[in-house]
Amino acid sequence: MTADSSPARLSIYEAASANRWRTLLLIAVFTALVAVLAYFVGEYFAPGGGLAALPFAFAISGGSALVSYFAGDKLILAQSQARELGPDEERKLRDVVESLALGLGIPTPKIYVIEDSAPNAFATGRDPQHASMAVTRGLLDKLDRTELEGVIAHELSHVGNRDIRVMVLVVVLVGTVALLADWMWRSMFWGRGRDRDRGGGGAIIAVIAIALAVLTPIIATLIQLAVSRQREYLADASGALLTRYPPGLASALRKIAADKEPLEVANKATAALYIANPLKDAPAFFDHLFDTHPPIEERIKRLEAMN
Amino acid sequence: MEIIVVLVVIGAIALFFIATYNRLVTLRQRVKEAWADIDVQLKRRHDLIPNLVETVKGYATHESTVFQKVTEARAAAVAAGASATPEQRAQAENMLTSALRSVFAVAENYPQLQAVQEFKDLSENLTATEDKIAFARRFYNGNVRDYNTSLQTFPTNAFAGMLGFKPEQYFELADATERAVPQVKF
Repeated sequence: MTADSSPARLSIYEAASANRWRTLLLIAVFTALVAVLAYFVGEYFAPGGGLAALPFAFAISGGSALVSYFAGDKLILAQSQARELGPDEERKLRDVVESLALGLGIPTPKIYVIEDSAPNAFATGRDPQHASMAVTRGLLDKLDRTELEGVIAHELSHVGNRDIRVMVLVVVLVGTVALLADWMWRSMFWGRGRDRDRGGGGAIIAVIAIALAVLTPIIATLIQLAVSRQREYLADASGALLTRYPPGLASALRKIAADKEPLEVANKATAALYIANPLKDAPAFFDHLFDTHPPIEERIKRLEAMN
Repeated sequence: MEIIVVLVVIGAIALFFIATYNRLVTLRQRVKEAWADIDVQLKRRHDLIPNLVETVKGYATHESTVFQKVTEARAAAVAAGASATPEQRAQAENMLTSALRSVFAVAENYPQLQAVQEFKDLSENLTATEDKIAFARRFYNGNVRDYNTSLQTFPTNAFAGMLGFKPEQYFELADATERAVPQVKF
């Protein structure tokens, strides 16, 4: 982001086209990652078998990309135990969502509630026509109207910017890589005895395969983090533009940060979706390397600088 | 050799015209879509008013001029909705807003009315609709601004008129209290 980004430059149409490229890039990087991983696994188990493993790699990455495109949102909502609201439930929330969606020029997304007292919210889906947003009971109970507007505007900006598709892809794809690497790691550990008679070349391949099995999930996680922090700042900014009232979101973020209760239904894969990190037990060691969200104080500071 | 240069230049100019034309069409289409959003909300507002008038009438029997005024203003706004330009519609809607305000001022004088559930629902509904109109208007005006700007900047302004592109009107409501656009910095 350059310093001269004026409000007009942040049109949702531009953010949307940037995200289309990001989606393609993401799938390409992910496919390459799985392919390299599969190649070395193949070589490890049977020298010369690397190429034979490639079709499996493409099937796995293609399959999980398709699943996340068409059903990723449903998987995520089900895993978060979100319940869709009826047309006359939570009238005030619905009015806020409908108004802000009009302000952004997108259809009103489906609205879900998670019965949990930790305040948080996320949006998901493959495009604005197939979008859903979920808020927790705690968010509805603890925020006043301007704060709620700020949070909803932030989430709707993710929808309008087409962030949601990238985020769903990331959640499912990163989940797949982690699963594959985990499985590989185990099978190598237990499969040691088989390759006693292997020569020096085999040993090098083995070392590379192990290194990859360790590195791949880390790389995948880093990709996830890199895309997601930038996006949070952008959604904060476009949300504030939408409500014309940055202090609303700033005060909501302050309340969410002050709430020490973790959200039970969130996990490491879905954490990146939420407006603020729902897992309150951040590990001390990799602390900032693995933050899916920019520090909340920094976000509040930027919001306060907008007036 | 010269022929190739001439052809390349002509080709480049043609491409530029096609790109500009398509961009203008896209922008104008966005303006129209945004206008449709406003239209839906205005109609919703028009639909709510007769019920409101009936409900208030039941309690405030001696205020017939107020009711007549709001009914007339509503009829004018509905008529404007059929054909008028955004500017004319905004005028009609402004009249309706001030007529509505006097209905609510009258309603203030009847404490029993304030306790009626139907009245509460209607006024909440109207407030929500006003809110939606405000947001839909903001989106519409943003799109008009984008379209008009690209229409009026060089070199598009030299030929856009010939291609049949005209600037669109903003939808301005007189007493809408606009919160200032916040400055965004990265």
